[in-house]
Amino acid sequence: MKAPPLPNAAPGSVAIRLQGIVKTFGETVANRGAALEVKRGEIHALVGENGAGKSTLMRILSGMYAPDAGTVEVASGDGRLHDVTGWNTAAAIDAGVGMVHQHFMLVPPLTVAENVVLGREPKRGLQVDRRAAEKSVADLSARSGLVVSPSAKVADLSVGEAQRVEILKALYRGAKILILDEPTAVLSPPEVRQLWDVLRTLRADGGTIVLITHKLDEVMDVSDAITVMRGGETVARLETRSTTPREIARAMVGRDVALALDVERSDRARSLPDRAPLLELRNVCVDSPRRARVVDDVSLSVAPGEIVGIAGVEGNGQTELVEVIAGLTTLSGGEIRIAGHDAARLTVRERGDAGLSHVPEDRHRRGLVLDYSVADNLILGQQHHFTRGATLEAARIVDHARQRIAEFDIRPANPLLAARALSGGNQQKVVIAREMGGGRDFNVLLAAQPTRGVDVGAIEFIHDRLRRARDEGKAVLLVSADLAEVLALSDRIAVMYGGKLVVVLPRCEASIETLGRYMTGATGAPARVA
Amino acid sequence: MTTPVAEVVNAAPPGVQPEAGARGASLMEALLPPVVALLVAIVVGDVLILTFGQSPAAVYRLLLDGTWGNAYGIGQVLYKATTLTFTGLAVALGIRAGLFNIGGEGQLAAGGFLAAMIGLAMPAATPAIVAALLCTIGAAAGGGVVGAVPGYLRARFGAHEVITTIMLNFVVLALLGWIVSAKIHVPESLHTPEIHSGGVTRLADIMPIFHGSAANLTLLVALATAGAVSWYLFRTRRGFELRAVGLQPDAAEYGGIDVGGVRWRALALSGALAGTGGINFVLGYKHYYEEGFATGAGFLGIAVALVGRNSPFGIVIAALLFATLSQGGLAVNALVPKQMVDVLQAVVILAVATAVPAVRQSIRSSAKSVARSLMQKTGAAGGGSR
Amino acid sequence: MIALAFLAQTLRIAIPYLLAGAGGVMSERAGLIGLTLEGYMLGGAFGAAVGALATGSPVVGAVVGMIFGGLLALLYAVSALKFKANQVVTGVAINLLVVGLTRFFLRLLYDSSSNSPRVPGFGRADSGSGFTALAINPLVWVGLLALVVIGWVLGRTAFGLRVRAVGEHPEAAASVGVNVDRTRYAAVVLSGMLAALGGVYLALDQHQFTDQMTAGRGFIALAATIFGRWEPKRVAIACLLFAGAETLQIQLQGTQVIPSQFVEMIPYVLTIVALAGVVGRAVPPAALGREESA
Repeated sequence: MKAPPLPNAAPGSVAIRLQGIVKTFGETVANRGAALEVKRGEIHALVGENGAGKSTLMRILSGMYAPDAGTVEVASGDGRLHDVTGWNTAAAIDAGVGMVHQHFMLVPPLTVAENVVLGREPKRGLQVDRRAAEKSVADLSARSGLVVSPSAKVADLSVGEAQRVEILKALYRGAKILILDEPTAVLSPPEVRQLWDVLRTLRADGGTIVLITHKLDEVMDVSDAITVMRGGETVARLETRSTTPREIARAMVGRDVALALDVERSDRARSLPDRAPLLELRNVCVDSPRRARVVDDVSLSVAPGEIVGIAGVEGNGQTELVEVIAGLTTLSGGEIRIAGHDAARLTVRERGDAGLSHVPEDRHRRGLVLDYSVADNLILGQQHHFTRGATLEAARIVDHARQRIAEFDIRPANPLLAARALSGGNQQKVVIAREMGGGRDFNVLLAAQPTRGVDVGAIEFIHDRLRRARDEGKAVLLVSADLAEVLALSDRIAVMYGGKLVVVLPRCEASIETLGRYMTGATGAPARVA
Repeated sequence: MTTPVAEVVNAAPPGVQPEAGARGASLMEALLPPVVALLVAIVVGDVLILTFGQSPAAVYRLLLDGTWGNAYGIGQVLYKATTLTFTGLAVALGIRAGLFNIGGEGQLAAGGFLAAMIGLAMPAATPAIVAALLCTIGAAAGGGVVGAVPGYLRARFGAHEVITTIMLNFVVLALLGWIVSAKIHVPESLHTPEIHSGGVTRLADIMPIFHGSAANLTLLVALATAGAVSWYLFRTRRGFELRAVGLQPDAAEYGGIDVGGVRWRALALSGALAGTGGINFVLGYKHYYEEGFATGAGFLGIAVALVGRNSPFGIVIAALLFATLSQGGLAVNALVPKQMVDVLQAVVILAVATAVPAVRQSIRSSAKSVARSLMQKTGAAGGGSR
Repeated sequence: MIALAFLAQTLRIAIPYLLAGAGGVMSERAGLIGLTLEGYMLGGAFGAAVGALATGSPVVGAVVGMIFGGLLALLYAVSALKFKANQVVTGVAINLLVVGLTRFFLRLLYDSSSNSPRVPGFGRADSGSGFTALAINPLVWVGLLALVVIGWVLGRTAFGLRVRAVGEHPEAAASVGVNVDRTRYAAVVLSGMLAALGGVYLALDQHQFTDQMTAGRGFIALAATIFGRWEPKRVAIACLLFAGAETLQIQLQGTQVIPSQFVEMIPYVLTIVALAGVVGRAVPPAALGREESA
């Protein structure tokens, strides 16, 4: 499928043109005839669901991958397009194409200046000229508004600062075309606004920007034009002025969807159950080896039949909070009670037996043993319940797997297949099935980023299961970087910043705006506990 | 060096049998690397033989004649394969837990030494079966203790077992050397007196055709041990947990498994397996502990585990292969130096280690395609991207 | 006088550690485990014997030794980088390969299974074993300077910056156009040549090559690398400490108070203790040993 031609595309006004791009990885087809055309001096949003092929297409543009078929053209200084198909990173950088990756491409033990000049070091004799390096970083900072200390170690920077270093890297290499891959995933709302200002400054300087995202509000906020990808193909090109989020969403998914933002605010004035909380945290503190107090004096309780959502910019202690409740991190201070019992000194297994279920945030690292079969993964953490004498009960394990596979529609429906071979959505279903499926006796559920990187269909399914768990009287603690998800599911919402819970609000008092303010640590409103 | 070197050699087969569709592929995955390795070894061997001015064909014929060509040769191969099965199982068990036990040399020696000490301590009147059993337990304990030390250091301090096990080899061998030379050696020799009780029947005593060869019934113990290790790894809960730690320690920890405990137990168990191998020499062959009896067998265990793909039955086969090479080296010593075999063994390890990742890569992508074809069969579209 | 003799002895023992330690830093900072240092050293020692015996010149011996070390390192790099083989297995295999090859060629070239004929060294017959002998041996100076130079290379040069980057985050280095593999090949081959020089020193100093003459010194140098937390200065100190302990061992051996086997154990036990003591707090290069890295 080919994108419709750009209207009024005068020669010389096009900065990037990709046509008929095909790229496969082994058996996976990431791009099947994708196309993209970006005008000079515009902010162009490349949108699509996870796995639509956006990042692959941009990595081809930036020279990290060579396409299997198709052409890549990029305008040079005089505005003429040149065929650069199959170039490498170094050539792309020379031609002024820079990419800011979703996962930062920074070397933590090196300084900001070292990271910026790496690969293109100013030299004095045989040595790297440190002073010159730091000076050019400071100059670039001043010009672009990307403030960061050149001599600081990257490991010591905040996420927002690290991202500035990433953009500085591209600018140092003279990037005229800047590609940003999901740049806002790790930023707080004010940091996002700062980023937009920087991008607008760059555009005013004649820069061209491609912004990969799947957040529609961002697209409407900052872009001039939009290309939509789905299933590795380019399915639409739109002018931001003349389109709506609903139209973009339809193109992304291929059908009408209920946008999370539109979800009727279910301000169910449900009287929350008065029963004793199933999960209680009192003054919980966690120290990490590198930094004291990653979780700082957190108190919170979750009642049966309640979903408490924890919102916040990633890296503010949410991961450590979940791990300390699950028993994966040492508690430095405070109390944890599960179903009324002191759980602080219990092992992971004992907590599970006490009724704790845990959907971990990283299924590839924690949630699954990727080389184990689906059946084996469905008993991970429960293996002592599938043991007779010393041996595992193989028949019962397979039987259990078949039931969960049917219950959760895991595909392919083969209990003996390695979990590695499943798609992301189905892998997550395996985790959910194990932690929430029939036969699992739990009363507290920790759900950390439960829908990260899964497709829309699976998201609806998982949300539905979380609500069902609540309706069955479980206590659910939901941690998500996706504000819309937190808003859509939670009865109460807490915001975490700098290791502390800065506020706990009932759902009816929470909105993107109010939460966004708290997520930056703004103490405009006094912390309060609902 | 704290980087965990998990998933060393291959993807472990799941506890509940391998994925149905990829059987053929996993067979390929198992066979291709050793075949490649053997071809490379033959080429290198040819070069070495030619540099020595001999004809490769003649050397290889002699090698085969001296090993599988007569009963004595077969007996010697079986004898060597027995020890290698133990050290190979030891390395494989460690690798399954994501750990490199390179201390097989010292563990084997310690096991043999303790078996000899127990055999010496027992009166000659002890019933043979009891004595042999006690000696075997002693051998396992000796190796187990030597293995537990790096296990503890890894679990408690994060000291990487690769270096600590290598260093312990030097320490253990020096320590045993001191005990033997200073306390209990037979004058004019480097060995202890003969054990009074606990000897294991030689194959030649049952089948006279094996006369003169060292093969003995420890062979059956090795086979039984391979079966037991297989059962332990793939059928028991402990094995399930051990392999999970080896594949993905973070997921194992999440699954309520005591990762540190599994690690040190695995290294202790690994050491015990290597140590048990000591009975082959001490109980089955010489009936005393001799300095240097373990030389080479510990390191060859790595090669055996690698070629046997860490599967107990693969290890038995690989042990036979390396025992053939090792015995063959002696057989051809008249034409070319037996040191050629040291080179070939290293070449095999190197070639297998190099061939395995490439093969694994292609197998993984074919497993994905099996999954996809199953999806299409069921007409599914559920689930999507990662 | 005794103190001076002790110092001279320590220095003499430290040189191979310093050279191999410099190799260890280079290899591990680039992300490749330095288990092969032992093999490089043994290969270097054998090369020194072959070169020096063939030409009568220790300088040629040193060059041949370095070439051997470089070739072994190249073999390691190809299987670890190109074929993504497991570095520990490959490392062990290469060490065994060197043992086998040196034994084989010892038989082939010198018809012996234990040692080579007498190898000419740098010393003069009358220079003894004190500081004079050390001072006229150019390898002593190379050894003393090795870690200083490596420290400068890593800290100050563009090549060093790239080595550090590929050892920590190869994808990041690749994304800015650094050729990760080429950088690693260069670092590893340099590492092989440095460690081989340590072996060269041994063979020329002892005036012969003997089977397995390195006796675990490469592993001890690797432990010194870790003990020194991959920082050249600290690694140099660690090497000197290990050498001091070994000197003490030799002094003790002379006294006959402690059985020689116990004294022999000292460097190995020390290594284990050092590792257990330090590793928990040391942060290795992030990409060290990773098979799938770039």
